Amino acid sequence: MHHKSSVTEGQTAGWGRYWGKASIVMQQRGVVGVLFTAPVGIILLLLLAYPFVLGIWLSFTDTIIGRTGTFIGLENYLYLFFDDVFLLTTFNTLLYTIAAVFFKLVFGFGLAVVLNRDFKAKGLVRAIVLLPWIVPTALSTIVFWWIFDTQFSCITWLLMKMGIISSQIDFLGDPNNARASVIAVNVWRGIPFFTIGLMAGLQTINQSLYEAADIDGASPWVKFRRITLPLIMPLLAVITTFSIIWTFADFHLIWIMTRGGPANATHIYGTLSYQRAIPGGHLGEGAAISIFIFPILLICVLLTAKYLRRED
Amino acid sequence: MERDGTKGLTRRDFMKKSAAGLAGVGLASLSMDALFQGNSSMAAQAPSLSLKLEKDPVIRLLRWSGFVKSDEQIWNANTKKWEEATGGKVITEYLSWEDVRAKAAMEASVGAGHDIVLGWFDDPHLYPNKLVDVTDVATYLGKKYGGWYPVCEMYGKDAKTNRWIALPIGSAGICINYRVSWVKEAGYDKVPDDIGGFIKCCQALKAKGHPTGFALGHAVGDANTWTHWWLWSFGGKAVEKDGKTICINSKETLQALDACRELYESMIPGVGSWLDPHNNKAFLSGQISLTANGNSIFYASMKKFPEINKDLMTMNFPVGPVGHPTELSLFSLAFIFKHTPVPNAAKDFLRFMFEKPQYATWESGTWGYVTQTLKAYYDLPAWKKDSRITPYRNCMERMLWNGYAGPLGPASAAAMSEYVIVDMFADVCVMGKTPKAAALSAERKLKRFYR
Repeated sequence: MHHKSSVTEGQTAGWGRYWGKASIVMQQRGVVGVLFTAPVGIILLLLLAYPFVLGIWLSFTDTIIGRTGTFIGLENYLYLFFDDVFLLTTFNTLLYTIAAVFFKLVFGFGLAVVLNRDFKAKGLVRAIVLLPWIVPTALSTIVFWWIFDTQFSCITWLLMKMGIISSQIDFLGDPNNARASVIAVNVWRGIPFFTIGLMAGLQTINQSLYEAADIDGASPWVKFRRITLPLIMPLLAVITTFSIIWTFADFHLIWIMTRGGPANATHIYGTLSYQRAIPGGHLGEGAAISIFIFPILLICVLLTAKYLRRED
Repeated sequence: MERDGTKGLTRRDFMKKSAAGLAGVGLASLSMDALFQGNSSMAAQAPSLSLKLEKDPVIRLLRWSGFVKSDEQIWNANTKKWEEATGGKVITEYLSWEDVRAKAAMEASVGAGHDIVLGWFDDPHLYPNKLVDVTDVATYLGKKYGGWYPVCEMYGKDAKTNRWIALPIGSAGICINYRVSWVKEAGYDKVPDDIGGFIKCCQALKAKGHPTGFALGHAVGDANTWTHWWLWSFGGKAVEKDGKTICINSKETLQALDACRELYESMIPGVGSWLDPHNNKAFLSGQISLTANGNSIFYASMKKFPEINKDLMTMNFPVGPVGHPTELSLFSLAFIFKHTPVPNAAKDFLRFMFEKPQYATWESGTWGYVTQTLKAYYDLPAWKKDSRITPYRNCMERMLWNGYAGPLGPASAAAMSEYVIVDMFADVCVMGKTPKAAALSAERKLKRFYR
């Protein structure tokens, strides 16, 4: 008995020594921090960093579906610079992003300012404004695909009944019409994000600033220009950045409506990358195209970070 | 006629070989001469294939979801028959037809997933080394059912090893669909079966206010099939037989593009945006008088649009200056991955689905949606159920392969996925480019894929 208990005591003392050391280590903030963030870190590493690095690696190889590729350096990238379809896609992607984000910003901001006023049933109206954002894109896009159908478009039908036009509008069959149509759908879907985000920001602006401006006799435009805009700017920058990222990397909207047609007039990086990599089987080249999304997004993220820091 | 002769020889070779095998096992006392002399009953005996099934096999099968409703019902019923006969189990997963390629390719890469896949076109030629050799099943079926059509051998066999890596299960055949009364109104008894007459007829239809419609957007099926037919029918092609020499920028291609501009004048506005469902909708709503399609227009009109069904006629694609049929239909093949634990059961299941009792029910119930790959099924009563589905049984015989005249493989798959041929026609018709510029652009793209 005596012998046994002494062993136990000795073990306890040993554990205590370890625990003592462990608690000293744990008391250092850095170590605890690392431990607590480790699960998230591992998830990010597995689900984000690994596919990302794999994507970069693939872009330097000539991997084809069913065959492991060999390293070919920059060949995929060099080829893309002389590829008509890729150059057209670059133009399309930039046009799509710039135009869509611009209109989303203008309409979204405008709507936020209007909805920020006090009026009857404002809760209901604000909820309705969110709808395009809530409806799954795949579903709303199919509806627009019908609205922009050359033969069955309700817009064409309405305008013809009203006698404004006499022939069908070729929404998605004409290159420029098709571009305008997909941009319009993207704008429709993205406005609520700007509106709701900016409205939250507008509500944090101290009303006494506007009252002071009223006393000084400032016009609504001056109040907007000198009070609202400067105070909302950091938030606006962040929202715009997010929107650029999402628009630039869009996929399903285009894929459902046009698949990049007619004659590649609406292909953007996401759709071309998919088309070449998966149905086309050229994984390396598809990866290289999707890598082109990265620098633009990196610039956006850096800009956001800069604005967020300034806010601090 | 020459083919028949070859077939007879092959059968004799087969008999000789199997007889030699038998002799080796211990029937050597029977002399070879005695075996063959006047032994007609022996020669007529059906070939046999014995596969030793694994114990309690479970087969996971991936296939495209049906275009016509009855397809899946009959497929599942046939599957159940095999399960009852063998005690095995088949888990069938249906996937939208355009997504099968991506999923199968992924499974080929990682070496896990389904055992059998019903894929499309050049899928097996993207990963031939990952597939089970099915030469025994293909040979057995070929002998039993009158042989495979030449294009099926092209798709089913690996060109390098000359072994079968996939069993051509059928194609969603494509034919010209038109409205009889409107064609009469335009002054024709029926649509001409030569390209020159065909263009004139289409223009006459348009003049009477009944435009035609052919998809020129990125429609995987409807745009690829008819543009390839048009290009080939003028003698144009993407690549030579060597699979290296790109020959798209040719006199024949330019002729095809020029002629297509004339056809385009007869089309309804908006074809540049058309994806696969558009021509069906336009035809069934009476907006177009003529298009190219599988039997889904016939099938839908039979169920829901009786007025259009009465006025509907189908025919095989007209023949162009090249002088022989040059069609492209949506070609489907069944293949077995090497990662399967049950290769014999998988083979036996496919064999079973190809056997007449099953295949004939499938043909009949889908109203010929799937065009036969084995010649004996040309005479199935299913093809006579309605005169409008009869032309579909010719599709395999009249078909070439995508990437003609080169081999099947990553390059032909990429060229079709990239819509190189479709976009070349869209460039001229929709975008207003010159034929020369469009052909040059296609040439640049093809050179990349076939480097």
